[in-house]
Amino acid sequence: MNAPFSPSRRDILKGTSALVVAFSLAGSRLEAFAQNAPAAAAKPVTPDQVDTFLAIDEKGAVTVYAGKVDLGTGVRTAFAQMIADELDVPFEKVSVIEGDTALTPDQGPTYGSQSIQNGGVQIRQAAATAKAALLEEAAKRLNVAKEDLIVTNGAIGARSSNQTVTYGELIGGKQFMLKLDPAAPTKKAADYKLVGKPIPRLDVPGKITGAFTYMQDFRVPGMLHGRVVRPPALGAKLTNVDESSVKQIPGVKVVREGDFLAVVADNEWNAVRAARELKSSWSKSETLPDEKKLWEHVRNTKIVKDDVTSNIGDTKAAMAAEGRKLSATYDFAIHTHGSIGPSCAISEFKDGKLTCWSASQATHNLRKQLAKMFSMPLDDVRCIYIDGSGCYGRNGHEDAAADSALLAKITGKPVRVQWSRADEHGWDPKGPPTLIDLRANLDTAGQVTAWEADFFIPQGAAGMVELVAASLSNMPTDTALSPGGIVQDSAIGYKFPNIKTVCRRLETTPFRPSWIRTPGRMQNTFANECFLDEIAAALNVDPLELRIKYTDPADTRGLETLKRLEKLSKWERRPSPQKNVTGNVVKGRGVSYVKYELVRTYVGAVAEVEVDRTTGDIRVTKFYVVHDCGQIINPAGVEAQIEGNVIQTVSRTLKEEVTFDRSMITSLDWASYPILRFPEVPEIVIELIDQPAEKPWGAGEPTAAVVPSAISNAVFDATGARLRSVPFKRDKVKTALQSA
Amino acid sequence: MTITLKVNGKSHEIDTDASTPLLYVLRNDLGLHGPKFGCGLGQCGACTVQVGGRAMFSCIMPIAAIGGREITTVEGLLENGKPNKVQQAFIDEQAAQCGYCIAGMVMRAQSLLQTNPKPTEAEIRQHMRPNLCRCGTHAAILRAVKRAAAA
Amino acid sequence: MRFRQVIFGIIAVVLLAVIGGYAWTWRPALAAISANQKPAADKQAVRLGAELAAIGNCADCHTTIGGTPYAGGRAIPTPFGTIYASNLTPDPETGIGTWSEEAFRRAMRDGVDREGRQLYPAFPYDHFTKATDADIHALYVFLMSKAPVKNSIPANQLDFPFNYRPIVAGWKVLFLREASLEPDPGKSAEWNRGRYLVEGLGHCGACHTPRNALGAERRNSAYAGGVAEGWNAPPLNAASLAAHRWTVDQLAEYLSTGWHKLHGAAAGPMADVAKNLGQASDGDVRAIATYIASLSQQPRTANNVPPTPRDNFVKNVSPEVAAIYAGACANCHNDRNDVGPSKAVSLGFSTAVRQADPSNTVRVIMHGIHAYQTNGGPYMPAFDGILTDRQIISLAQYVRARYTDQPEWTDVKKEIDKARREGVRP
Ligand code: FES
Ligand code: FES
Repeated sequence: MNAPFSPSRRDILKGTSALVVAFSLAGSRLEAFAQNAPAAAAKPVTPDQVDTFLAIDEKGAVTVYAGKVDLGTGVRTAFAQMIADELDVPFEKVSVIEGDTALTPDQGPTYGSQSIQNGGVQIRQAAATAKAALLEEAAKRLNVAKEDLIVTNGAIGARSSNQTVTYGELIGGKQFMLKLDPAAPTKKAADYKLVGKPIPRLDVPGKITGAFTYMQDFRVPGMLHGRVVRPPALGAKLTNVDESSVKQIPGVKVVREGDFLAVVADNEWNAVRAARELKSSWSKSETLPDEKKLWEHVRNTKIVKDDVTSNIGDTKAAMAAEGRKLSATYDFAIHTHGSIGPSCAISEFKDGKLTCWSASQATHNLRKQLAKMFSMPLDDVRCIYIDGSGCYGRNGHEDAAADSALLAKITGKPVRVQWSRADEHGWDPKGPPTLIDLRANLDTAGQVTAWEADFFIPQGAAGMVELVAASLSNMPTDTALSPGGIVQDSAIGYKFPNIKTVCRRLETTPFRPSWIRTPGRMQNTFANECFLDEIAAALNVDPLELRIKYTDPADTRGLETLKRLEKLSKWERRPSPQKNVTGNVVKGRGVSYVKYELVRTYVGAVAEVEVDRTTGDIRVTKFYVVHDCGQIINPAGVEAQIEGNVIQTVSRTLKEEVTFDRSMITSLDWASYPILRFPEVPEIVIELIDQPAEKPWGAGEPTAAVVPSAISNAVFDATGARLRSVPFKRDKVKTALQSA
Repeated sequence: MTITLKVNGKSHEIDTDASTPLLYVLRNDLGLHGPKFGCGLGQCGACTVQVGGRAMFSCIMPIAAIGGREITTVEGLLENGKPNKVQQAFIDEQAAQCGYCIAGMVMRAQSLLQTNPKPTEAEIRQHMRPNLCRCGTHAAILRAVKRAAAA
Repeated sequence: MRFRQVIFGIIAVVLLAVIGGYAWTWRPALAAISANQKPAADKQAVRLGAELAAIGNCADCHTTIGGTPYAGGRAIPTPFGTIYASNLTPDPETGIGTWSEEAFRRAMRDGVDREGRQLYPAFPYDHFTKATDADIHALYVFLMSKAPVKNSIPANQLDFPFNYRPIVAGWKVLFLREASLEPDPGKSAEWNRGRYLVEGLGHCGACHTPRNALGAERRNSAYAGGVAEGWNAPPLNAASLAAHRWTVDQLAEYLSTGWHKLHGAAAGPMADVAKNLGQASDGDVRAIATYIASLSQQPRTANNVPPTPRDNFVKNVSPEVAAIYAGACANCHNDRNDVGPSKAVSLGFSTAVRQADPSNTVRVIMHGIHAYQTNGGPYMPAFDGILTDRQIISLAQYVRARYTDQPEWTDVKKEIDKARREGVRP
């Protein structure tokens, strides 16, 4: 097969210049590459240069260098669309290189639904700058006015004559040596030909035929397979290793560095077996809180600071005023990322330099972390992104990278570390537990006069998450908590006269925290949008109507989203819960809405559920989403993201919860951490609002923010039972039903 | 120990420990990376291949157990180098996000349509139940299986 | 000869039925109630009824695969033919919509339907007869609160003479003891509650007590082990096969979650029982555990010392079966730890492997354990097809030899064929 499935950065690097573009022969193995990986070509990676983002070869093929990576979201295709359109070159002529610290700029980690919004827009700006320069040059060459020029398929022609000159002829293989002009004019909305179209993704055929090379498939000649033997308890010390317990397995070597224990073997199955069978003893360690008292533990954790995320009017006075007071406490369980493919990485030390292949969403950060861990100059570390299994935040990829780097250092050979399922469930950083108190005052006229909220969440932001291998082996690493920007969406956008929302930042949290898809925003929106529903019920008004009432009238896009949602979901205005329900299985519908982080993508959602009042089982049968993320680059890609957000978050909301005893996580596989399976998947109905003249905003996360609250509100509508604790497991549902 | 395996229509002599699960042999000895490692426990279906015409978890199938049964991986579904009907339906529906689960999904769907060419929605969902997807591609996968059944 | 005994037994029963039993057990039809006479759906009673129905495992028999709970129609195989479970939803035509509470109570206690027809003892009224009026009331209110489902139940397919309903009257004369249980003052309230539930609504003996030729539980061998849908229901009495003693705590956890880390998973029909008991109140499950634990007077092992699973490290096994075990089983049944992934315990703890016949071991290997997949819990992949029959046989014998002190099984193949004929329990 020689379909141009995915351009491969390895093949690109095989060439003498970084700008020679080749397409991989799908199915060809890439083992040969690593050895001849040349030192990075002299190419700028600073964000102020056009050459950082773009190269055009003699044949006019365009290479895009993206700091943001495709985590299965389709941004690779979207980037190609944006750039092909901006430059007026055929889509097939554009290929994208991502996340190679030697070649691509540091555009920040791939998170927060920013790949298009920031990453793509920046590259588009580089393309616009390049195009302006190319037109300038063509005008000179063809001796016509710039205004007389028109670009078709990468060829610049003059309207007044039939002369043309191609991009390849103008710049082919050379660098632009241009500063990126943030003011360079981009195309007008009406002129886009590829942007806004559901262009099929570049990587999909290879993924479906098995030809695509994932991180987990990548191989380096001479490499060993490594498996780490994890402590049975967090904080346990390694007291003894009985190497003879694996002596019957051929080719196995036991590696120990402090409390870091691993095996390497040239045969992968032998490494798996050796890790399974190696006898080791560890000290007892019980550092975790009692799972049954998790929320008491969170509430009693020391608060190191308060972040006030909104403060409007005077809630103290407004809460003290006469009126009907509502208060409620919400909590949201600890979640694991749960990629279907456990984390994997390969590292190699050669001539004192470290190369690490990883599916990390932030190779530039990983590079810094590895340099720190091994006390090496940054320039001696190169991290290269290869697509992995879906990545929904800072999961185990960086840790697998550190494992492999440490093993490569010790063994002197390239080492591939493939995490086990238990490694992934037990040792990736977790979405921290979130506890939220909400209070409101309602006056006799049915107005919300005050809204107060306290969010009990760990301190820290998105940064560098401590590397497990470094801590176990006592090597330098970052130790500050990095749960992500979890204060986002704690403030609310509704126009109440008095609002105060405070994030009470906790000193610690039970597990190493990190961001998982829609970090903080999901938890915070869950509480906010459910509590708003509680207010609607208390006022005996329709919950969608209440949202419209308190949306800023000037926010026309928000109101449009809600209006379209009402129509799409055939919403009947009435207060919840519904009256006169009979039978065991009852139906309801709930609404939720968010303007993401108060400044970008709008999402309105309606969930339809069935609740079995005997068993406490909830089924989400249908889910409606209306979505406005500004200019849509690829509607098919946006829809796929929305569907993914809904399904993944239905799973998180109904089922998911990390369990643990005093020593260690006990939900170490899919049997103990079940996720949604096919029979439970809801039908999803989506309406996209395209705004071709607006900025493109992210779509990778916002929908997830509204899912838990829409479901909780629907359950309330069906049964009168209010679910304030994610996940909505049977026992909790039954308890709520009893007090309904 | 040398074991002969018939994979995608070709015979291969494999010299490795007889306890090795088929998945590792396919990926490491034969370079067939379609079948994926997801759990190694028969819980997720990422490793699904056909053995003797039936969809099975290759991660818990030691090669000692295979005997003369023929193995088909997602690579083996190609017809004259082109995606087969099920694969094409997945491509047409763009039924992949990260795609890590997808080769297993294709193999699971293939086995359904071989035995039940016109499945109902409920039958599809039930049949696909052993396979997990974390990206939430289920809706697109269901469309793809229906498309393949209609093709 | 057994066959003769059966024939004589049948003749005797028929005679009894005709002569005395029929008159003695004859019951009139009871008046039908109309829709507005349905009991009010009192929340308290509905909740209690739901919990008791869970303990009684009612939904299991009275629901078809994928059907509406309690709408009936499930085929119950018996040695005498197939019986179809009735529709317990309050549909006036096909369910119990016209049944008064009195009619319902009579069915539970005497095994007679509203119209006065004898009910076959596949419906375990020999146990339910012990239920109190209050509990029967709650069950009645619970069932009548359900949405009515129209579902006509197929006619039973029983062999002659069992298809002749009055014969049941004779069976009752011989085996039905209508009596409530008097509390044993020498025992704790919890034990007494447990006994009431186990002997009554829980009808544990229906599976765990062996039955005589006429399908009645053998009273003098109570809880000595029985069969259920091809599965072995292990003895709960002193003959318990457990590798080590069950404590009340362990039983309570096992009964409500289907799993305990020192004993393993509930599989087959017991998985459904555990799923249902997960819906019952914690107090009742504990009471059941208390009573069951008292049935087996196994010696108490030293407290708090987790037992070490047996492993005979058998030598001289075929390389094939050793490889299959290492490649297919050992990833979960990890002998270094008590509990591996999927909540798999060391097979040294498995009761199935210790049983005199291989029916449970074979069924678990072939069909796996999927009962808990939706909500999380023990799981085992199905190996039928992954392994050939010959491999399953040698694997079963291998784990038997390696993890128990019991002799080799005979005729594993027959059990495999039987399990395949029965099909997979969903
Ligand atoms: S990898 Fe085989 S089922 Fe998960
Ligand atoms: S597409 Fe990513 S796991 Fe299924």
